[in-house]
Amino acid sequence: MSAVAETLQTPVCMTVKNLDFYYGKFKAIKNVNMEIAKNKVTAFIGPSGCGKSTLLRVFNRMFELYPEQRAEGEILLEGKNILTSKEDVSLVRAKIGMVFQKPTPFPMSIYDNIAFGIKLYEKLPKSELDDRVEWALTKTALWGEVKDILNQSGMSLSGGQQQRLCIARGVAIKPEVLLLDEPTSALDPISTAKIEELVIELKRDYTVAIVTHNMQQAARVSDFTAYMYLGELIEFGETNQIFLKPKKQETEDYITGRFG
Amino acid sequence: MDDKPHLSTQFDAEINAVSTRVLEMGGQVESQLAQAIYALRHLDIEAARNVLQVEKRVNQMEVDIDAEITQIIAKRQPTARDLRLLVAISKTIANLERAGDEAARIARMARDIVASGVPMSIGISDLQHGSDLAIEQLRKSLDAFARLDEKAAVDIVESDFRIDDEFEGFTRKVITYVMEDPRAISTMLDLMFVAKAIERIGDHAKNIAEFVIYIVRGADVRHNKQAFREVADSL
Repeated sequence: MSAVAETLQTPVCMTVKNLDFYYGKFKAIKNVNMEIAKNKVTAFIGPSGCGKSTLLRVFNRMFELYPEQRAEGEILLEGKNILTSKEDVSLVRAKIGMVFQKPTPFPMSIYDNIAFGIKLYEKLPKSELDDRVEWALTKTALWGEVKDILNQSGMSLSGGQQQRLCIARGVAIKPEVLLLDEPTSALDPISTAKIEELVIELKRDYTVAIVTHNMQQAARVSDFTAYMYLGELIEFGETNQIFLKPKKQETEDYITGRFG
Repeated sequence: MDDKPHLSTQFDAEINAVSTRVLEMGGQVESQLAQAIYALRHLDIEAARNVLQVEKRVNQMEVDIDAEITQIIAKRQPTARDLRLLVAISKTIANLERAGDEAARIARMARDIVASGVPMSIGISDLQHGSDLAIEQLRKSLDAFARLDEKAAVDIVESDFRIDDEFEGFTRKVITYVMEDPRAISTMLDLMFVAKAIERIGDHAKNIAEFVIYIVRGADVRHNKQAFREVADSL
């Protein structure tokens, strides 16, 4: 199958060109070409093992922690290929934040969970740091719930709150892009709804890429949807189109539950 | 329907069940229409009564099928072709119910004519061709739905003008009759209503055909000649 190369009718944040990715000898991503629209939510859907989480991990060079993994091709952010840039990888990750499936609060206070990341990149006076923490927690609709318990451990929060704390931690360093890898799969429906609200809110300031197994979630929160299968990008387009009238039979089979 | 089954066989069963019910309902409306025309032609009060009785059943079927569809949507959150199918079914049964109403209107007319005892010297045979066309269009549209046959659907939409032409021709005829004999005005008005009902049934058949195109292709060709042309030309 030929690679899907779509040109978006909207400003582009990230461009992926001829991207291949290997776990050792295994090719997990095959010639992916796509654009991630600025200030929009792009959802990645597909069955387990299709490469969607891998793709997200390539987007912020998370894979470099493992020596046998490598990526070929280009991922352009602001015109620069982040895969080959000489920039410190932590600076790349400051621009491209990531939130994982299971909430991963640090074993420290709620306040420090947010402040920790900021301190890595910026030297702010205490008052500004306070402001930034409040700002990030407000952005993620958590401030009202935690403003009186900022010194409590982040681990003491509920699962949904922990996940919003992690998103706040990502938001606090003001990245360009937020990558969300199954951010609600461990949460109850109410927490999930809050995170979804948050995702839609966040796209005003950020570009969001979300991997989800919940197709309805992709349909609800995203502007664009990419369907991947066996490491290939099968179809990429506006979410409304993908869910009402997909172009490819494979996409249709998957989203209508005929996959197998 | 797509040959490939859903992973959930229950989902397939639900969709098949609701599709079957639509065809059942369609069958009822078809026979309603045929009986209504028969009642009018032969001034058969028994046939007219049958039509009116079936109407209640048809109405109930619409309500029941809509309830089933709502349940499927709530439980399955269907997408793409499945979603289009369910939405189209909901609209199709609304059109069937309306077509049934028109048949009932014709039946009532037949009943009233019999009751009034006024002999009708003209007219009914002039409606025969139009009503045959309407019955045929309705049957074809249900066929196209059952087989999700886009080509048949396009044919139905394209032949709707034939019923419209019949209606126009009939209207002209009625005008001349009335001018010749103003005493016939009341009867002629009744027949005009019948002709209008037949023409409307043709429209409902056409609407159903348009939903078939929507299900199969995802193209909404209602009120959009250009979109329809694109579909028709691609076949």
